[in-house]
Amino acid sequence: MVEFLQFTLSGLSFGMIYAAIALSLVLIWRGTRLLNFAQGGMAMFTTYIALEVIRQTGSYWAGFVVALAAGVVLGAAAELAVIRPALGKPELNAVIITIGLLILLEGLAGIFYGGQYRSFPAAFSIIGLRAGSTPLGVSRFDVFVALAVLVATLLLAAGFRYTSAGLRMRAAAFNATVARLSGIRVARVITVGWALAGLLGALAGVLVTPSTFLYPNSMDSIFVFGFTAAVIGGLDSPLGAVVGGLLLGVALSYAGGYLGSQGSDLTALVALGILVVVLMLRPDGIFSGARVRRV
Amino acid sequence: MTGMTTRSTPRVLGVALATAVIVALLSIKLNAFRDYQIAEIAIEVTAVAGLTVLTGLSGQISLGNGAFMAVGAYTTALLMLHLNWPFVLVLVLAAVITAVAGAVVGVAAARLHGPYLAGATLLLGVALPSVAYAYQGAFGGDQGLDVNFTTPSFLGVNFPLTRWEAWVCSAAALITLVLLANLGRSRVGRSWRAVRDDEVAAALAGVNVAATRILAFVVSAACAGLAGALLAIVTGLVAPGAFTITLSIALLTAAVIGGLGTLPGAVWGSLVIVLVPTYATDVATSHGLSSSVASNIPVAAYGAVLILVMLIFPQGIQGAVRWLLGLFGISSARTRQRADVPDALSPADDTPTVKQRRSASPEGSSSGNQ
Repeated sequence: MVEFLQFTLSGLSFGMIYAAIALSLVLIWRGTRLLNFAQGGMAMFTTYIALEVIRQTGSYWAGFVVALAAGVVLGAAAELAVIRPALGKPELNAVIITIGLLILLEGLAGIFYGGQYRSFPAAFSIIGLRAGSTPLGVSRFDVFVALAVLVATLLLAAGFRYTSAGLRMRAAAFNATVARLSGIRVARVITVGWALAGLLGALAGVLVTPSTFLYPNSMDSIFVFGFTAAVIGGLDSPLGAVVGGLLLGVALSYAGGYLGSQGSDLTALVALGILVVVLMLRPDGIFSGARVRRV
Repeated sequence: MTGMTTRSTPRVLGVALATAVIVALLSIKLNAFRDYQIAEIAIEVTAVAGLTVLTGLSGQISLGNGAFMAVGAYTTALLMLHLNWPFVLVLVLAAVITAVAGAVVGVAAARLHGPYLAGATLLLGVALPSVAYAYQGAFGGDQGLDVNFTTPSFLGVNFPLTRWEAWVCSAAALITLVLLANLGRSRVGRSWRAVRDDEVAAALAGVNVAATRILAFVVSAACAGLAGALLAIVTGLVAPGAFTITLSIALLTAAVIGGLGTLPGAVWGSLVIVLVPTYATDVATSHGLSSSVASNIPVAAYGAVLILVMLIFPQGIQGAVRWLLGLFGISSARTRQRADVPDALSPADDTPTVKQRRSASPEGSSSGNQ
């Protein structure tokens, strides 16, 4: 029972990171109908920037804030520089461009910082918390991870719901043509979506790297599982992204915990199993709306 | 797509034979490293050609064809290890067994579209090789399995192994290309394009949509399996580290920058992804840069090349080649006519007129359901 609680809590904490990546993918998907394969690479790059700032200033929080700001800038810059020119061309072109961007960022990180593994500091203690004498399987930092993503998600949800900018973004995602006719600058809205996605990715990078080390490919597997979470939840649904992330985090934590060393080798296979089952039942993810296919 | 729709079988065979002669002469002229590169390119071509059929013709994206390569490679290693069969038989068997795996995946994938299919296949590409870590007894874990491949005795003892490998791989790649070119022009190929352009219309016209989509996966997997088998005999080692998500992504990248849905495009794309990194490494090391910089400049350059090619040549390299040929008046009338309507290919727009134009143009191209 104690084990179960531990696996659940640590799964939820990791799941929040998958949720953050998934949410960033959903933001871009809703605006651009594009899978951003560079999302993990952008997060890796902003985490390097954070590490540099922390080393220069000695302040974790300075690095944290700079990483988020860099995420915003990188997201918007990527959209303006390479994605926008590709829209209207065959759809896969933009996908390949994001793959090119990913490879470019990984190459640049290698050139500037080298390929070696670097440790990245955590904001709070990573010593496991205890309730009385039972270890809970999570640390103060894990709690911070979950809270940080939760706060970011809630802020985003509130922004979408209660601000006029949020209304514009929802309108543009719902129907770009009508939104444009109503005087919304759809292109600008899309850039803002990429900037927000960059911010969420940067947040995920800073939060996950203390437990994975930092190297040019460090976000690859996180991206794969974040993508999986988004697909499980349904790419059009921000709520689905969060639920998918948590579901995947907990399931992988059980797999790693209960199946022993073989289980940790097979986490990807477990994730694939979950994905296949979900997509068999709901081909467009759990939170997809009624299926509409234009004829 | 020209290669698939307009060329007759004799012409395809002629081009294949001419290529075979050129490759054979090149392999004798060039050194062992270049021979190895020829083999590498041929392997890439085999896998990419299968993927370009799946994604370009049937409209199903796959980010997991690296997993099929792994199936083919491990099948080869296990067969060579436990049974002493002639290698040609092993190659064919590897392709057949991978085709069966492709059928299983195809059945699961038949209902999925666009990013959902991309996600499922991406995870397949990550998950399947990890099985090798989990079951070390059968698959040798991290270390992998050794594959022992030698030159046949009739070539004499002094015949270089790399040259023989280049020949075997090139022959396999050319046979694959000829078969795919024929398939693309056949009833099957037409069904694929019909399903890609409009599933409902294809179903109304009597095409079995599910079977057609599954068959595309089977064909694509067989090609990837053969490529994996070739990789196994050329590298002499099958280990999970060779079948990362990077491999699967590289295959799709090659198919798209070469020109999606075209077999010549599969060749251009393979040349780019094999030669650009090697060339950039040569340049970087010859300028005496530190090792971490020198080893990463090719990576960054490769990423930049991908972005630039996609922005400058939206139809991939094959599109650029056609445009160039048209510029010099070498192309047929239909090529020129096609070069005039690139915008009709944009699948972002789904209005009926565009769709009609798209399916009317034999080019069709691109991602279909993505």
